[in-house]
Amino acid sequence: MAVNIRVKVHPVVLFQITDSYERRNIDSDRVIGTLVGSVDKQCVEVTNCFSIPHKEHTDRVEADIMYAQEMFDLNKKVSPQENLVGWFATGNEVTNHSALIHDYYARETKDPIHLTLDTTLENGRMTMKAYVFVPLGVPGATTGSMFTPVPVEVVASEPEIAGLDLLHKSKHQKLLTRPIEPLPDLTKISEAAAKLEDFLDVLIRYVGSVCDGSHQADNVIGRQLWDLVQSVPKMDSEEFERMLNSNVRDLLMVIYLSQMTKTQLKLNEKLSMHSAANIKEMAKLIPSD
Amino acid sequence: KIELVQIDGLVLMKLIKHCHEAERSGSLFVQGALLGLVSESRLEVTHCFPFMALGDDSQDDDEFQLTMLRRLRQMNIDHQQVGWYQSSQFANFLSLTLLESQFSYQTSIEESICLVFDTAKTAQGFVSLKAYRLTGETLKLVKEGDYSADNVKENNISYESLLTEVPIVIKNSYLMNALLLELQEQLPLQVGGSQFLDLGTSGTLETQLRVMMDSLDELNSECLKFNKHQQIVLKQIQEKNKYIQKRAQENKQRIDRKEDPLPAEDLNKLFKPIPPPSRMNPLILSGTIQNTSEEVSEFCSQSMAKLFITEPLQAAKASAASSSQ
Repeated sequence: MAVNIRVKVHPVVLFQITDSYERRNIDSDRVIGTLVGSVDKQCVEVTNCFSIPHKEHTDRVEADIMYAQEMFDLNKKVSPQENLVGWFATGNEVTNHSALIHDYYARETKDPIHLTLDTTLENGRMTMKAYVFVPLGVPGATTGSMFTPVPVEVVASEPEIAGLDLLHKSKHQKLLTRPIEPLPDLTKISEAAAKLEDFLDVLIRYVGSVCDGSHQADNVIGRQLWDLVQSVPKMDSEEFERMLNSNVRDLLMVIYLSQMTKTQLKLNEKLSMHSAANIKEMAKLIPSD
Repeated sequence: KIELVQIDGLVLMKLIKHCHEAERSGSLFVQGALLGLVSESRLEVTHCFPFMALGDDSQDDDEFQLTMLRRLRQMNIDHQQVGWYQSSQFANFLSLTLLESQFSYQTSIEESICLVFDTAKTAQGFVSLKAYRLTGETLKLVKEGDYSADNVKENNISYESLLTEVPIVIKNSYLMNALLLELQEQLPLQVGGSQFLDLGTSGTLETQLRVMMDSLDELNSECLKFNKHQQIVLKQIQEKNKYIQKRAQENKQRIDRKEDPLPAEDLNKLFKPIPPPSRMNPLILSGTIQNTSEEVSEFCSQSMAKLFITEPLQAAKASAASSSQ
């Protein structure tokens, strides 16, 4: 059965869905669209999406299929490795219309997944759920299908995490009172060091509490801690000093050379301009007959 | 006059996705369009979409863009193009094509910007996004198309004044903030912190320095070309001078002998003026080297900071070891 599917969603997809929801027409309650990505064995990875115009009436749904086709083709030109994997809808539940829409997508690809993102914040959270359409019933008698939830999680590559990190800074600011700019590098390093410090504090407290007996010792964590401590390279302070100094010297030299290059560039420019001006002056001095 | 560029979080995420995906599949430079609107001195970028890989069919490209814009407008997405973006590695984005493209954008839409997204730096964990516009002088230079040294000197253009940088701010709507809060719970953000504290700096440093050395070599050959040109022009001037003097002398002698002076010859036919080499390449190379050397300095100072962090750690370890003995 296909219910073993796991769904992995990239953050950019969620941002797109939220943005389309914000831009929806006044009379629509929810937004639907196509999900594209790749399927790898039992794992579906959703990397992009785009919304399509649609209208829902009480008994039927109208969706612009041409639009969906065209957008998919355009997307394919830019990212040829992305295939159609399913569709999304905002809102918290699966409605009757969803079955109809899912039917259309089932014609386009084998076993599409259906993703819902609750942008209406019904439970106070933006819950994300994924479903597959599973046939059920007694074989030979009435069969039907139903949407079965499948596990879904958000995955992000390292650059995406770096981007999210930056965006997180802005989430506690009121809109436009103090906008955030991309941070200089040294600040990031000091932040990372502070975070590391926090982690170490937590670890030390845990170890302390286990030694006191107030906390149950966990073998797995203990072994990981052992690995951690062992992974610090053993060297005496002399060796370390030498290594540190040689690295620092290398870096200082590079900094010095780059500063010198910058000065040379300026000189080069001034001199070239000057000599060009000189030649022009000399050319003017040619007596014309 | 644009003083601030405001970018939506969505655009940032899309940029990251597109540029890194393309880098993984091998193409070095990818480009795309920025959509949004202009309000007073602030340029708001609300959406973006990638261009197809540069192929032979530029007509296909135009069609692609038009269809894309039309479709996005149906979904109430801003369809006014306010600029374009390009990916780069370690600040090697400056090139004549970039200047010319930005020129065509800036002449058609006055407020357009060029966003440069550095994939190599973002892979290290620092989101590097810069917005550039052409200065007034560069606009004039590209319009005239005359890149000779004289023209450059007249307009007082230096490699530093080719582009101006515009500050960027990032903004998210309240619903996006809710999404971010949700994501924070789902994604362990701690995963991203470790790469900052990586002490192994030689790999990146080597690549950056190699890029700088290549640009320096090219700049050197350009300078030699320029100097040679100067010498040839100088020699030509001297020969012209000699020729004119000889002519004048001859004419004087002929007048003494009561003969007609020789007809004036067109100097330009005898001494063909030598076309000066374009100053554009040296300017661009100097600009690139300037950017790269700044990146290198920043990178080195970071690495030194990291090394200095380990120093007290080692001292603490040593003192702990000695105290436990």
